Amino acid sequence: MTDKYTQLVSHGLGKDVAKKLGLPQPVVLRRHEPGAPLITGPVLVSGDSAGADDIATTLLGWGLDVRRNALPKEKLGAIILVLDAVQHPEDLGKSVLTAGASLRDLSTNGRVITMSRTSRSARTPASAAARQGIDGFLRSLAKELRAGATANGILLDDQLATTSPSALGALRFFLSGRSAYVDGQFLTVRSTSGSLPNDADKPLTGKVAVVTGAARGIGAAIARTLHRDGARIVAVDIPAAGDHLAAVANEVRGTALQLDISRDDAGHRIIEHAVERHGRLDIVVHNAGITRDRLLANMDEGRWQSVIAVNIAAQLRINEALLASEHFKESPRIVSVASTSGIAGNRGQTNYGASKGGVIGMVRSTAALMEPFGGTINAVAPGFIETEMTAKMPFAIREAARRLNSLKQGGQPQDVAEAIAFLSSDAAGGISGEVLRVCGQQLVGA
Amino acid sequence: MATADVTTDGPLEPTFGPQSTRAAVIVGGNRIPFARTGGAYVKSSNQDMLTAALEGLVARFGLQDERIGEVAAGAVLKHSRDFNLTREAVLGSALSPETPAYDLQQACATGLETVLGLSNKIKLGQIDSGIAGGVDSASDAPIAVSEGLREILLDLNRAKTTVQKLKIIGRIRPKDLAPDAPNTGEPRTGLSMGEHQALTTAQWKISRDAQDELAFNSHRNLAAAYERGFFDDLITPYRGLTRDSNLRADTTLEKLSTLKPVFGKNLGSEATMTAGNSTPLTDGASTVLLATEEWADARGLPKLATVLDGEAAAVDFVHGKDGLLMAPVFAVPRLLARHGLTFEDIDFFEIHEAFAGTVLSTLTAWEDEEFGRTRLGLDGALGKVDRAKLNVNGSSLAAGHPFAATGGRIVASLAKMLHEKGTVNGRPARGLISVCAAGGQGVVAILEAA
Repeated sequence: MTDKYTQLVSHGLGKDVAKKLGLPQPVVLRRHEPGAPLITGPVLVSGDSAGADDIATTLLGWGLDVRRNALPKEKLGAIILVLDAVQHPEDLGKSVLTAGASLRDLSTNGRVITMSRTSRSARTPASAAARQGIDGFLRSLAKELRAGATANGILLDDQLATTSPSALGALRFFLSGRSAYVDGQFLTVRSTSGSLPNDADKPLTGKVAVVTGAARGIGAAIARTLHRDGARIVAVDIPAAGDHLAAVANEVRGTALQLDISRDDAGHRIIEHAVERHGRLDIVVHNAGITRDRLLANMDEGRWQSVIAVNIAAQLRINEALLASEHFKESPRIVSVASTSGIAGNRGQTNYGASKGGVIGMVRSTAALMEPFGGTINAVAPGFIETEMTAKMPFAIREAARRLNSLKQGGQPQDVAEAIAFLSSDAAGGISGEVLRVCGQQLVGA
Repeated sequence: MATADVTTDGPLEPTFGPQSTRAAVIVGGNRIPFARTGGAYVKSSNQDMLTAALEGLVARFGLQDERIGEVAAGAVLKHSRDFNLTREAVLGSALSPETPAYDLQQACATGLETVLGLSNKIKLGQIDSGIAGGVDSASDAPIAVSEGLREILLDLNRAKTTVQKLKIIGRIRPKDLAPDAPNTGEPRTGLSMGEHQALTTAQWKISRDAQDELAFNSHRNLAAAYERGFFDDLITPYRGLTRDSNLRADTTLEKLSTLKPVFGKNLGSEATMTAGNSTPLTDGASTVLLATEEWADARGLPKLATVLDGEAAAVDFVHGKDGLLMAPVFAVPRLLARHGLTFEDIDFFEIHEAFAGTVLSTLTAWEDEEFGRTRLGLDGALGKVDRAKLNVNGSSLAAGHPFAATGGRIVASLAKMLHEKGTVNGRPARGLISVCAAGGQGVVAILEAA
């Protein structure tokens, strides 16, 4: 679980010493467990628009302790800045400075969440400037927060209310422990599709989910998390990983499908298995991926082609089968695992970077094809995640990678899985074509 | 009292007979790769391996927390502590702990007999689902103390006073301390199975070349089956092994022909049986999921094949009337006759390759006019098995032969082959299984595509 250094500096003597020496001070992050409250402590809703009033009313309806003005010295669980009505960069000051005055009262593992409009839908240069300004503001603020607190933003297209289903879905995700390792990121809501779950602890009840690469690491965590949220699981991995796959499938009370996803008929086999055994197919998580690292100068064809074949070509082919299937038409969800290497690049990973960049391109393009039947497709881009794979990195490189983010620690496989579970849910119906980074706001790269 | 009231309008329903039974279907199977003794599973017990095979089956078919009608499995080489081996494996699996289980032992026919026994229970309506299986470890074989030491230890246990105990301990002699390892020798003849088969191989004049060719085909067919992914839904890897470790995909007839004979070296005639055309000692486990059609349908599970029928036979090898492993030669014609079938009606022949010589002696006996008339009571030879239909995905010479696990391996693979084949000339594809066993026994069965 949490790395040893984080445990050491989280309390007692270790905490005092780290503080005096100016060492990084990661805290144990608040992670979601069934039955956990959305957030503890009062929530300050800042902003004077009608949209802000609506959010305050909604939060009261959820049973949260809502403040429209901060009380002196009162600890806050979260600060929500509703900036949906700003027209000019000059409008930002009042709201953000009011919120800023409350930052010292933000609890450990607290949340700052902005709700604003997408700049591409702005009608005037000043409006676009104000909206884009919030992007730079939030990413900077996220780097100022301490003690496991995160800052994330929700972007709404112009016609959308702050209380549209996926805006509220995203708000709940960012407030909760499900977003523990998501920091400095935005989610864009594009439509009024989607609905909040009846049972917040079982948002995937009745769904059948296929998870590729499920035998270990992040894939196994995805299977466990989707199962925890109520989904029935089809766990897929290559036949050679079948023993680990069987253990995961039995743990989550699902079925194991030993299948090489790069086979031509993989999509057909996945659909057939899900429909025959479980009666339907709602969610496909493309998690399976491989690395074959080499500097490009030393790259051979086998290394290049195998990474492309498994990491992106297989996903494209399976998606074609899914899009053509009559069994994948009831608001289905596809979530792909990309990587920060596909965004910022990584030395020695030209093949992997190309494949993961490819995943992002695929997701953006496929969104339009999913829309006619209420489907969505999104990607999650993990940063440094504590897995068997990263445990094998040389100590110094691993330690650097682990600390070089705003939360000063690596993420857990569960953190990636939580983001995928959210994007797989009905609540995320208005979010499609997005790439959500789960990287603790990695400091290097994009 | 009710007899007087019976109405005789219309035909009476027979109380017994095939009409009153229902089909037993094979849903699928799972085994772990077979490992040569002393290899990947050297530290695995029978219970470990059977549990692993069971867990893979549970995962493949989503049987977690399911109360299966009954699980039957067994092992040939068995520790006394494993008196409830199958039940213990069930308790160690994700199946419902309320699933009953029993152990069965019929030498190398154990696995096939568990399939037939549970199929019969399904057909009779006693259970709706069953898991048949088998496991064997020659690596983790039980070793007993010598008979002399065993008697002394039992006496010691019964002794009451220290003086009595010391007297008994004083009886121990160095020779008593030598352990008694298991062997595959026949108790009544003292001959190993290989030496027995060497007698039969020589009797039926089976050539070295023919035996090597059968072994070569076994490796080639098994390797090809792996290559096209045939085993992707039949095998779950175990302890780092993803394929049968005995498989030599690159073996050649030339290589096989250079091996030195290991059995029948003192028979006078030329010795023909080598390590290449005999199965090695092997560790492994297999399972098969059986059910009624309704049970499978209710869970959206596949129906690969049905278990049509089975037959056991035994021969008098002790007095040399027939070879030790020749019992299937007699079981098959009896089973075919019961269903009015001939070799023409069979699309796949799965004849367990204990030794290449066993398979070839069996085929030769069936092709022999004299043998057919005098021993099988037929008008002539039973018939000729089309070699193109024989062990088409390899058999024990390539895969290895963990005694009790072989039946489950063959049943699950054949069921899948039959399902892929579907129908032949408008009738369901049909496969014949033949497994020879120690003690001069044999069990055979017919499966049909479902």
